[in-house]
Amino acid sequence: MGAINRRQAFLLGGGFVALTVLPMAANAEPSNDAGEMIKKFTGGKEAAKGKITLDLPEIAENGNTVPLALTVESPMTAENYVKEVLFVADGNPNAGVATLMFTPMSGKAEASIRIRLAQTQNVIAVAKMSDGSLFTERKTVKVTIGGCGG
Amino acid sequence: MSIRYGSLAVLATAALTLSAIAVFGQEAERKGIPAPPGHVFKTIISGYQFRTKETRALQDDDLENPGFLAVERAADMWKTVDGSEGKSCMSCHGEAETTMKGVGAAMPKWSEKLNKPVNLEQQINICRSEHMKVQPWGFKSKELTDMTTFVRFQSRGMPVAVKTDGPMSPWFEKGKEIYYTRVGQLDLACASCHEKNNGKFMRADFLSQGQTNGFPTYRLRDQRLIPLHERFEGCMFDVRGVPYKPLSDEFLALELYVAWRGIGLPVETPSVRN
Amino acid sequence: MADKPRIKLPKEARKGEIIQIKTLVSHLMESGQRKDAQGKPIPRKIINKFTCEFNDKPVFSCVLEPAISANPYIQFDAKVDEEGTFKFAWTDDDGSVVMAEEKIALKA
Repeated sequence: MGAINRRQAFLLGGGFVALTVLPMAANAEPSNDAGEMIKKFTGGKEAAKGKITLDLPEIAENGNTVPLALTVESPMTAENYVKEVLFVADGNPNAGVATLMFTPMSGKAEASIRIRLAQTQNVIAVAKMSDGSLFTERKTVKVTIGGCGG
Repeated sequence: MSIRYGSLAVLATAALTLSAIAVFGQEAERKGIPAPPGHVFKTIISGYQFRTKETRALQDDDLENPGFLAVERAADMWKTVDGSEGKSCMSCHGEAETTMKGVGAAMPKWSEKLNKPVNLEQQINICRSEHMKVQPWGFKSKELTDMTTFVRFQSRGMPVAVKTDGPMSPWFEKGKEIYYTRVGQLDLACASCHEKNNGKFMRADFLSQGQTNGFPTYRLRDQRLIPLHERFEGCMFDVRGVPYKPLSDEFLALELYVAWRGIGLPVETPSVRN
Repeated sequence: MADKPRIKLPKEARKGEIIQIKTLVSHLMESGQRKDAQGKPIPRKIINKFTCEFNDKPVFSCVLEPAISANPYIQFDAKVDEEGTFKFAWTDDDGSVVMAEEKIALKA
C-alpha cells in the first residue's frame, strides 16, 4: 500500500470505522412496513426457504442504483409456474420495491431491475407459485453513505 | 495520543487492504495503457477499472447503459432545426457518425478566433449562437449535456488526443498548477486523491486516477449524466472549497491538463461511474 | 416522459425458444422523499406499472414503487411459440401511458 502520512492514515481510518459499523445495521429491526407487506402478500402463511436466487452486490457501489437479478426455480408450465414475486427492502423509508408478475409465457422466472437502498439493509423476496406455495430469500446489501459518491 | 492514533491507523490500513482485496478482487489485474515518456503515471488507468463488476456491467451493454437515453435524445436533436437561421446541427455537419468522429477525443482545442481553448460544451454553444442564431444552452441543461454526450460518443474507442503545445502550453501549465494546489477546509489537491492515493479507499470512496475519458458520465449517485465541469465542482465542494465556475478559464485549463493525464485512453462516453 | 423507450429482443426465434427482453425508459422516478431548495417536499411521480403482452396475452408485468432507480431498467424472458407482436406499456403516476411494439418472426 506504500507509505502514507498521518492525514491519509486518519482519513483511511474513518473508512475502516464506517465499513465495520455498517453490517450491524442489517440486524436491526425493520424500520418500516416490510413485515406487514409480506404478511399481506402471503396471507399470513409461512414461506419456505429455497427456490429463489437473488443476485445483489454484497456492497453497493452506490445505493441509488443497485442492480438486482432474480431467478426462481420453476418449470414455468401452465400447471406449475411462478405467479408473483414481491420485493421489499426493510431499511428504506417505505418497504415496497416492486411486485413482478410472471405467466407460463414468461418461459423462465427470471428478471432484472435496479433499485434504491437508503442504507445497509436486507432485500427480501417472496415468491408465490401457481399452487399457492410460498418461498422466500433475503440478502443483505451494504450501502455506504457520505463521501464523494454518497 | 499519537501512538494511539498511529496504531489505529496501522490496524485500519491492514483491515482496509483486506477489504479492498475482498471487494475489488480484480484490483491486481486492473488494466491500463503504458504512459508516454515524461508522464506522471507509469500506467494510465480508466476509471472503469476502479469500479465494481456490477457497475462495469451497466456500461458494457449499450441497452443496459442509461447514458444511451441521452445519446438517442441528442441524435434526434442533431437533426432538429432551431433558431432564426433555420439550421440544425446536421445542416452544417451532416451525419454526426462520420463528421464528429474524433472531435470529442481532441477537446479542449485551440480557437484562433477566440484566442483561447474551447471545450465541447462551449463549441456546441458557439455553433448555436453564431451559426444557428439561437440561445445557447445553459451549462448542466439536459440539452447541452445530451448533445455533448452524443458528440463525444462519436469518438468512443478512439484515444484521448489533446494538443498541449504551442498556444495551449500556458493553459496546460495553469491546469497543472490548479491540479497540485491544495484547496478547501480539507486542504486537498486533485493530486492528493487521484495521483498519490488512487487504488485506495478514502472512507467509503475507492479512489481512481480521476481520468476524464468517460465524460459526460452516468453517475449512479445522481442517476443522470454528469458533465466534467460539474464533477470538478463536486470534487472542490467535497473538499469544502469554493469551486470555480463551470466553463471558467480555470476549469478549462484543468480540463486540458487532466485530459493529458489520460492521453491515449479510449473515450468511453457515455461511461457509468459511482 | 417523451423519450422513446429502448427495447432489445431478437428479430426472430425458433418455435418454443425462450428469449430475453431488455427495456429501458427515461424517467426521473421522483420518490416523494426529496425536498426542493425551499425545503418543500417534491411530490412523488414515478412509473408505477409496466406490462408486456404477446399477441394480446400477458407475458410479464410489474408494479413499481419509488425504490426503483431513475430510468427504470426491466429485463425478463418470454417463450415464443408463434410469430407476433410484443406490446409494452409503462404507466406514469400522472395517468399517461407510454407504449411500444416489437415484432418477432419464427425461424424456419
